[in-house]
Amino acid sequence: MNLIDFLLRNRAEFITLTLQHLFLVGVSTGIALVVGVPLGILLTRRPRFSPSVLGLANIFQTIPSLALFGFLIPLPFIGGVGARTAIVALVLYALLPIIRNTYAGIQGIDPAVREAGRGMGMTDRQLLLMVEIPLAFGVILAGIRVATVIGVGVATIAAAIGAGGLGVFIFRGVAMVNNTLILAGAVPAALIALVADFLLGRLERHFAPARGQLAEVRAV
Amino acid sequence: MNETRAPVVQFLDVALRLADGRPIVSGISFDVRPGEILVLLGRSGSGKTTTLKLINRLLLPSEGKVTVEGRSTVEWDPTKLRRRIGYVIQDIGLFPHFTVARNVAVVPTLEGWDERRKRERVRELLDLVALDPASFADRYPSQLSGGQKQRVGVARALAADPPLLLLDEPFGALDPLTRLELQRELKALQARLHKTLVFVTHDVREGLFLASRIALFREGALAFLGSPHEFLRSENPEARAFVKALKDTDTTANE
Repeated sequence: MNLIDFLLRNRAEFITLTLQHLFLVGVSTGIALVVGVPLGILLTRRPRFSPSVLGLANIFQTIPSLALFGFLIPLPFIGGVGARTAIVALVLYALLPIIRNTYAGIQGIDPAVREAGRGMGMTDRQLLLMVEIPLAFGVILAGIRVATVIGVGVATIAAAIGAGGLGVFIFRGVAMVNNTLILAGAVPAALIALVADFLLGRLERHFAPARGQLAEVRAV
Repeated sequence: MNETRAPVVQFLDVALRLADGRPIVSGISFDVRPGEILVLLGRSGSGKTTTLKLINRLLLPSEGKVTVEGRSTVEWDPTKLRRRIGYVIQDIGLFPHFTVARNVAVVPTLEGWDERRKRERVRELLDLVALDPASFADRYPSQLSGGQKQRVGVARALAADPPLLLLDEPFGALDPLTRLELQRELKALQARLHKTLVFVTHDVREGLFLASRIALFREGALAFLGSPHEFLRSENPEARAFVKALKDTDTTANE
């Protein structure tokens, strides 16, 4: 078959682009996780900030990806052409589902559970670590899964600003009107998204809803 | 005065106000005596739950002073205070991801007891609330009936052997028969363990059955404080309204 033939002949470049792709998604989702989960927890402590923070994250996610790259390129320090700009954009995309699910997952816990915990003399930290995060874990994982899948998709477009990744094959294929080249980027990218979705989905089902007792908590 | 007879809890002219100055409760003064069951009775919104939460510092008074074991709740470290006070609420609030045994052992865990001591304590407590440890310890709350859940709730509140228990309409969501059963058992339990109980309810029958003394709340103020016997004879209009409601249901049932 043409496609497999092509990938075998160009395996060095194919492997490089795949690794670049995984790097873009991994680093950006990782940063979004480190920022988004604490931010989501913070919002449950200061709920009056939640409309503005979630609104802002929502705006970032609503901007079309190519346009967001366009906005970032002229900016000093974070902008320019290359992987750094792409990672900034990918982080902005990944933030919304992670913040929102962390917030919703914790807010969705039965208030009586929280009151009982506080009434028994749990500190805020103990309540968070022993009760809230374990109970919200499945919902938080669902957010991470959505963020990762979006990231794999958006990362294909990052090639347009010189960040590499499997999008390079796709854009080159479009320019050269070469279907094999397009598929050489599109098929592996789609496979990465599907595999990530499958693996994180299994993890999610393993943890959530905590032993079937949190039917009312669902990802929004 | 004998040291051991000192009030467990004391309210001294306590008020709690909203940010705009409107009082939720005001002018509250009473003592909780060691070993008694003090029932806080009143209609919804009369301030009885607020009063209860002022005891374990889930709320702090805007005016006046609440003392527990002679110390103002403002001076108590809130987590230390709460671990010395058992707390049972209507919605129970069992941790759904913990087994019954782990739920009962929450405060001992927070207090750093070793595993063996915790296991023994859990077994002892489940026996106490008439749940067979062998068949209940490893279940999850979702596998329990309402009455069983509240039994676990009571066991959990007793776990670290607190001298004082606060109960906020603990049996309000249960069916009448289970409710009666748990009222009887709670009373027997209290007589055996000599705990001090503060029990919130709007059910006058439940109040009369359990109370050593009844504190009647009306619109954020204490309207009456006295024994069930005194309550039934009280001239206080709110007390008479409650007694009348009690008699009316009896009459209707007898017709």
